[in-house]
Amino acid sequence: MTEHAATPAPLQRTLTIGRIEPGSEQERRLRELWETPPGWRGWLSTVDHKRIGLRYLVTAFAFLIAGGIEALVLRVQLARPDATLLTPEQYNQLFTMHGVTMIFLYALPVLSGFSNYLWPLILGARDMAFPRLNALSYWIFLFAGLFLYASFPFGEAPNAGWFNYAPLAGLTYSTGPNIDIYALGMVLLGISTTVGSMNFVVTFLRMRAPGMSLDRVPVLVWGTLTASGGNLLAVPSVSLAFFMLWLDRRIGTHFFDVLNGGRALLWQHLFWIFAHPWVYAVVLPAMGIVSDALPVFCRRPLVGYLPVALSTVATMVVGFVVWIHHMFATGIPALALSFFGAASMVIAIPSAVATFAWIATIWTGRPVFRVPFLYFAGFVFLFVIGGLSGVLTAAVPFDWQLTDTYFIVAHLHYVLLGINVFPVIGGIYFWFPKFTGRMMSEKIGRIGFWILFAGFNIAFFPMHIAGLLGMPRRIYTYAPDMGWNTVNMITSIGAFLFAFGVLVFLWDFAYSLRRGPVAGDNPWDAPTLEWSTSSPPPPYNFAIVPRIASRHPLWEERISGTMRSRLTEGYVLDQGREALGTTALDGDPDVILKMPEDSYAPFWLGVASLVFFSGLALTAWWLAAFGLAACGAAIVVWLWPRRELGQRDDTAHPRESGATS
Amino acid sequence: MLAMHNAIHCARRSTRAVIAPLVALVYQTNVRADAPLNYFLHADGPAATPTMRLGWALAALAVVVALTVTGLLVAAIMRRRPPPAERDAAHLQAEGGGMHWVWIGTSISSVALFVTLAYVLVTLESVASPRKTPELTIAVTAYDWWWKIDYTRTNRGEAGVTTANEIHIPVGEPVKIELRSADVVHAFWVPRLAGKTQTIPGVVNEQWIEADRAGVYRGQCSQFCGAQHAHMAFEVIAEPRPQFDAWYAAQALPHVADASVNAGAKLFLDRCAGCHAVRGSDASGTQAPDLTHLNSRRLLAAGALPNTASNQLDWIRHAQRIKPDALMPSIALSASDAAALSAYLRTLQ
Repeated sequence: MTEHAATPAPLQRTLTIGRIEPGSEQERRLRELWETPPGWRGWLSTVDHKRIGLRYLVTAFAFLIAGGIEALVLRVQLARPDATLLTPEQYNQLFTMHGVTMIFLYALPVLSGFSNYLWPLILGARDMAFPRLNALSYWIFLFAGLFLYASFPFGEAPNAGWFNYAPLAGLTYSTGPNIDIYALGMVLLGISTTVGSMNFVVTFLRMRAPGMSLDRVPVLVWGTLTASGGNLLAVPSVSLAFFMLWLDRRIGTHFFDVLNGGRALLWQHLFWIFAHPWVYAVVLPAMGIVSDALPVFCRRPLVGYLPVALSTVATMVVGFVVWIHHMFATGIPALALSFFGAASMVIAIPSAVATFAWIATIWTGRPVFRVPFLYFAGFVFLFVIGGLSGVLTAAVPFDWQLTDTYFIVAHLHYVLLGINVFPVIGGIYFWFPKFTGRMMSEKIGRIGFWILFAGFNIAFFPMHIAGLLGMPRRIYTYAPDMGWNTVNMITSIGAFLFAFGVLVFLWDFAYSLRRGPVAGDNPWDAPTLEWSTSSPPPPYNFAIVPRIASRHPLWEERISGTMRSRLTEGYVLDQGREALGTTALDGDPDVILKMPEDSYAPFWLGVASLVFFSGLALTAWWLAAFGLAACGAAIVVWLWPRRELGQRDDTAHPRESGATS
Repeated sequence: MLAMHNAIHCARRSTRAVIAPLVALVYQTNVRADAPLNYFLHADGPAATPTMRLGWALAALAVVVALTVTGLLVAAIMRRRPPPAERDAAHLQAEGGGMHWVWIGTSISSVALFVTLAYVLVTLESVASPRKTPELTIAVTAYDWWWKIDYTRTNRGEAGVTTANEIHIPVGEPVKIELRSADVVHAFWVPRLAGKTQTIPGVVNEQWIEADRAGVYRGQCSQFCGAQHAHMAFEVIAEPRPQFDAWYAAQALPHVADASVNAGAKLFLDRCAGCHAVRGSDASGTQAPDLTHLNSRRLLAAGALPNTASNQLDWIRHAQRIKPDALMPSIALSASDAAALSAYLRTLQ
C-alpha cells in the first residue's frame, strides 16, 4: 500500500493545440526529426512506413514478374500436345515456383505494401505502431523470397506444388534440397507475415486519429485488419506443418510417415486450415482498395459502408470453416462434406453484398471514366465470374469432378488475378500521384487496361472449358487425342497478350516516374486523409494531429452533415519522434507514444535469421548456431533500454512529460 | 493333367474369341476422339449422371447470374445522366441512397444459393452410395505411376486376379472400388462413371462406379504425384456379364510356359522379373505391373501407348524417353535379344 502510494501520479503533459504552417521553423524541425538520412545508411536503417511500403510494392512486383515469366514458359510447353520444351522435373519446379511466388511473394506482400504506405496516412497517424517491426517484416519477406529462390539456379527448386502434399514432399520421394528450401523458407516467411499482421492489428487499435471511431475507418483498413487477424490465426498452422515436415526430413520424426504411425492426411488439414483463410487474406484488402477508391470516381461515398465492412469480417470468419472444400475428394464422409459445402456456399453471400454495393455506387453516382475506374469496374466483372465458378466448386458432388482439373485453375486465376491484380494496378494508378507527386498517363493507362482485360479473359476463360473437358492440373504435357489442343493454344496466346499488357503498365509506370505531369495534393478530389498531405507526403505525415469527424474528411463541406474534421489545427507533438495513441473503440486521445529512431537492428536481425535458416537448410549446425546467436545479439541491441524511448523524462521534470493528454 | 491343360486352352481360346471382336467394337464406337475425359457432356452411370445434371443446372445458373450482374454493371456505367454541361465537377452525391439495391440483390442471391444448396445435397445423397450393395469389390492400388488392380473378393469364391491399368466391370452392376496407395497421394478418377477419390497412404478409401452401357471409359490420376503424373491413366472396360465372367476366368489362369520362347523367357527372368510378375512362372516382382495377361490389355505404360508388339519393344528400350523419370528403365537390347523377348511377351495372352 505504502509503496503504491509512493509511485508518482500519472504522468501528464498538457498538449498544445496549434497550427504548423508549411515552411515554418517548427515544420523544418519536424522534418529533421522524422527524415531518414540519405544514402545507404538511411536505406538500411529507415523505419519510415512510406519507404517500407514502397519497397514492399517494388519487391512484390519483381516477384510478380518472375512468377509471370515462369507462367509464360509453362504456357509455351502447354500450347501444343506432347511438347518437349521442358522435362517433367523442370515443369514441376516451374509450376511450383509459379504458385509459391504468386501466392506468397506477390499477392499478400503487394497488399502489405499498399497498407504499410497508406494506413498511417489514412488513419491520420505518423507511423505504424511498431516502426522497427515494420522494417523487420520487410527484410524477412525479402530474405525469405531470396531464400525460396536460392536453389532455383541449381535446378533444385521446390517441385511438389505449392500445396506440397506429404508424403510426396517427404524424404523418401524427394531427397534433394528442394523441399527443405520450401519448408524452411515458408517458416521464415511466416515470421514476416506474423510480425506484419501484429503491427497492423495494434496500429488499427491504437493509432487512429482522434475522432476516428470504428465506423469512420476506410474499408481498406477493414480489409487489411481482417486479413491480418486471419493471418495471425492461420499462419501458425502452416509454419508448424512446414516445420514438422522439415523435422521429418532432417531430424527423423514421423509426423507424416505412415509406416511409423504418422498420418499423411494430417498435412492436407494443416495446410488448408491455413491456405483457405490465406486466400481471403490476399483478396480482402484488394476489395478494400476498390471499396475506397471506386466511390471517388463515382463522385459519391460508397453505398452501404456498414454492410460492406461487416461482410469483409464475415467472409474471414466463415473462411475459417471452409478448408475442407479443398479436400472433398479425400474420402471424408458425405455428412461432413455437406456441412463444409454449405459453408462454402454461404460465404458467397458477403461477396454478393459487396458486389451489389459497388454496382449501386456506380449506378447512383456519376462515374468519371479515368483509368482507375476502368480497373475497378473490370474487377467487379471478374469478381462475379470468379465468385460464380467458386459456387460451382462448393457443390460437393460436382466438385468431385471439378477438383484438380483446369476448371479450378480458371477459378483461382479469376479470383486471384481478378480480385488482386486488377485492384492492385488500379490502386497504383490511383495512388501513384501520392507516392511520387506525378500522374500516370491516362492514354497509355487505357490501352494497358484493355490489353490486360482482353488478355486475361482470353487466357483464363478457356481454362474453364479445358477443365470441363477433363484436363487435370499439373500435367507437364498431354496427348493430342484428348480434345484439349485448341483451348490450350488459345490460353497460351492470351497469356502472352496479358504479359504484354503488364509490360505496357510497367512502361507507363517507369515513364511517369520521371515525366508524368505534376499531380498536386489531391488530383482525384478524393475524400480520405492521405489526400490532405502533400504529394509525396512529408516524412512526418501530418504536422499536427488531425481530428476526424466523419468517414470522408475532405468531402464534408460538400455533402450533408454538420460535423467538421480539423486538419490544420490540432495537437502539436514535436518533442522528439512522437505520435498520438488513441483508445481502441472511439479513437479518443489516450497516450503520447515515443516513436523509435531509424535503426539497423531490424536489418541485422533479418540477416541473422537468414543465416540461421541457411544453416538449417545446409544442415550445417555450426552455422545455424552462429545465426541463432546473432539473432539473439540483434534482439538485445534492438531492445536495449534507451532513455529517449521511455515514457518518463526523469532527467529534468519528472512530472511533466509522458502519458495522457 | 492333360484334360485340365486342354480345358485351359479351350477357355483361353473361347475368351479370346469373345473379347477380340468386342474390344474392336468398343474401341471404334466408345472411345470418342473428342475429350475422353469430358464429364460435362457425357455421363454413363448412376454415380455420374446426377452430378452431370447438377453441373448443367449450376452452369445455367452461373451464366444467368453472370449475364444479369454484368448487365447491371454495364447499365450502371452507361445509363443516361444529366449532360456534362449541367454538371458541376465538384458536386458530390449525398451519402444515402442505393441501399435497397444491396438488400434486393443480396436477398435474391441468397435465395438462389439456398435452393442450389438443397439441390446439391440431394445430388450428394444420390451419388454418395449405390442403391444396392455391390457384389463385386475391386482393390485398386496406386503406384508411381500406374495402377494395380486386384479382384480379391467375389461372391463366387473364385481365385483372385491381378492386373494393371485396366479394370473390367460388368455392365449395370454397382462395383465397389477400394483405394489404396503404395507410395504418395494419387486420385482415382473415371470422369464418365464417377467423381474422383484420393488414394492416401495408410488409408483405405472407397468409391463406387457403375456403367449403364458397355464401353471403354478412360480414367486418370488427378492428384499431382510427381514426375509422371501426366501419364498415369487407366481404362475401365464395361461389358455384359457373360463377357465379364469369361474375361475373369481367362485372367485367373496362370501363364503356361511355351518351350519355343525359352530364350525370351530367360531374358525376362534376368532383366524384368525383379519388378514384374508372370503368374505361373518364376517371375514374381511386385513393384511393377503384373504381365501374366499382358496382351489382353488395350494400352501400355499406364495409358501412354496402344498395346502393340512394336510399342512393347519401344517401351522396353526407350521407357525413359517416353515417360522421363518413370521407374521403368530404358533397357538396351541387342536385336536378337529384342526378338526373343518380344516372342516371349507375345505368349503372355
